[in-house]
Amino acid sequence: MLETLNLNKTYGLNRALTDINLKVPKGVIFGLLGPNGAGKSTLIRIINQIIDADSGEVLIDGQPLAPKHISLIGYLPEERGLYKKMKVWDQMLYFARLKGLSQQEAKKRIHNWLAKMEMSTWKDKKIEDLSKGMAQKVQFISTIIHNPPLLILDEPFSGFDPVNAEIIKDQILELRNQGTTVILSTHRMESVELLCDQVAMINRSHKILDGTIKEVKNSYRPEVFRISIDQPTLPIPTEWAVQTDGESVHFTLPLSGKTPNELLIELMNYGQVSNFQEVIPSMEEIFIHQVKSTQNG
Amino acid sequence: MDKIWLVIQREYLSRVKKKSFLLATLLTPLIFPAIMAVFVWIAVEEKENQSLRIIEVVDENKLFFMESSQQYAFSFSDSSPEEAKLLVQNGDRYGFLYIPKIDLKNPQGITFYGEENPSMSLVSYLESSLKKKIEDQRLYDSGIDPQILSDIRTSVDLKSITLNQKGEEKVSDATVNYAIGFLAGILIYMFIFIYGNQIMQGVIEEKSSRIVEILVSSLKPFQLMMGKIVGIAGVGLTQLLIWIILIGTLTTVVTGILGLQMPQEQAMELAQADMIQTDNSEFTEILQVIAGIDFISIISSFIFYFLGGYLLYGALFAGIGSAVDAPSDAQQFMLPVTVPLIVAYMGLFVFVLQDPNSTTSFWLSIIPLTSPIAMMGRVSYGVPFWELGLSMLLLILGFLATTWLAGKIYRIGILMHGTKPSYKTLWKWIKSSN
Repeated sequence: MLETLNLNKTYGLNRALTDINLKVPKGVIFGLLGPNGAGKSTLIRIINQIIDADSGEVLIDGQPLAPKHISLIGYLPEERGLYKKMKVWDQMLYFARLKGLSQQEAKKRIHNWLAKMEMSTWKDKKIEDLSKGMAQKVQFISTIIHNPPLLILDEPFSGFDPVNAEIIKDQILELRNQGTTVILSTHRMESVELLCDQVAMINRSHKILDGTIKEVKNSYRPEVFRISIDQPTLPIPTEWAVQTDGESVHFTLPLSGKTPNELLIELMNYGQVSNFQEVIPSMEEIFIHQVKSTQNG
Repeated sequence: MDKIWLVIQREYLSRVKKKSFLLATLLTPLIFPAIMAVFVWIAVEEKENQSLRIIEVVDENKLFFMESSQQYAFSFSDSSPEEAKLLVQNGDRYGFLYIPKIDLKNPQGITFYGEENPSMSLVSYLESSLKKKIEDQRLYDSGIDPQILSDIRTSVDLKSITLNQKGEEKVSDATVNYAIGFLAGILIYMFIFIYGNQIMQGVIEEKSSRIVEILVSSLKPFQLMMGKIVGIAGVGLTQLLIWIILIGTLTTVVTGILGLQMPQEQAMELAQADMIQTDNSEFTEILQVIAGIDFISIISSFIFYFLGGYLLYGALFAGIGSAVDAPSDAQQFMLPVTVPLIVAYMGLFVFVLQDPNSTTSFWLSIIPLTSPIAMMGRVSYGVPFWELGLSMLLLILGFLATTWLAGKIYRIGILMHGTKPSYKTLWKWIKSSN
């Protein structure tokens, strides 16, 4: 769906993007991760043709990015913005028409969406009279009203209470299932693990990591196992630093060159092994680890 | 193009639909006549209720005579200056005019004593009365009969006629031309300021609420800027049109009512006063003058300069709005906009309306930054065709230039947050290609 080739962008002396190569396949939710100021917003703005890259290329369905692609993209910026004095209906109509929908089609879709989100009663309210969550919903609908095949969401869950965040999450998944490609920029790692099929991580203008969630996690396996043994029959070596809990002990052990089975066989000598589980890092841990290691290196 | 049209529609409708627009549009034409009516009423009341001010005159020459008016009465006496001063101090007299024995060839020492400073009009009235009396006396002394003198006095009223190249004659009157230039110039000046500010506020609103990020992902910044400028121009034109219609109807209605209600006596008095001096010629002359004015060319050039000036400055206002985060930060960039506008405004009064064909007036009406206001001061007097053409062409070029400039600033400015740009950064934005 979307591909970037060696994208570079500098602002004065600051590098915002350095040789960014990304490949976003069709119909996936693609997580774009990175700390504040890493260059995510710059990348998103380039894809949205708000700014131009200094060098490199963006391809959409294999074609170089051009103004005609605007209507293919739905964009929800991190900093939400609506006209405070405008009514919900007028506002949605305006954004939908700017994206190229006809008056008739736009009205029909807005009507459907308002009904779907149970918002029909607010359509004549001004944005300034709505709660923040309500305004966010208006913004979200405005973003997807033209059924874009590519959706770019910058921190889509900020400002939502858990109930509404759930509604939005379901909408995103539904859109993905209908074939929409979604690029999700966020630092909320729990939503990444729940939603994303693939991720790329950017730090200090460089891409430091990408792949499917599983690939990423696999490559960051520390090869450590969490082990519990009930009623140990042999004294457990002190360097294993066990935690005693009643009659069971818990500890973690690195493989240290053995296979998991070899380790397990060794452990079985100490008693009943009730838990033998590989420690898999969360995306958050990988994120923090990666950011720290690139900062130190 | 479709998208610009959408922006224009939104900018226009969101403003025209506001209650404040309706209120301002309907009330302004009522407020001005109302204020004027109140002033006239106060002035009339004041004149009627004014107590007569008595001025004591002590003339040691026994020569002068002052004619009393509605406001001032002159009481002549032989009392000594000291006694007369006491009268003023006690408040029995408004003032005291002391005329000591004077040499008519070199009158010195005439003094006015008063509890407060005499008004300009009183001083000039006293001076002119004294001067006239002294001059008459001196003429009489040199043997000229006052009767002959009053026969000689003549009044001249210059009738001016403009000739165009075809030899058509038109009666013209500088006062009428002055009024037209004055009104048109001020209207354009106000329009540029009021609506220029609206553009700026609108841009700042979109920028600070980050709507712009969504908008520029759907259309080009330049389209957005032009849509806003044109949409707001529509609001201004609508307002102007409503005003013209409202003022037109109102004037007709008001003059109709006044004409009917004016007391018979007063009307007679007025008519008589006019008849004696001018018979009917002055009135017909004004009609002739008004008939002689080429309203079509004045109105069409008004609309041209009205829009041209607005577009030229509107782009600058948009550029400024895009560079700042809040209206309070805009102040530092307002100077290049306000200075030429004020120069044009002052120039209109100091040069253009005084002498529409002077060199300064010419340049003020040619340079695009000042021409919208200055040229309107000249148009009603008649401007050579090539000058008008040059001025209009330059205004169009000026508008294109400011729009280009503003577009460059706008494109970068609307996405910049948190930094306070200086003129240097603006210049960098203008130079940068991206």
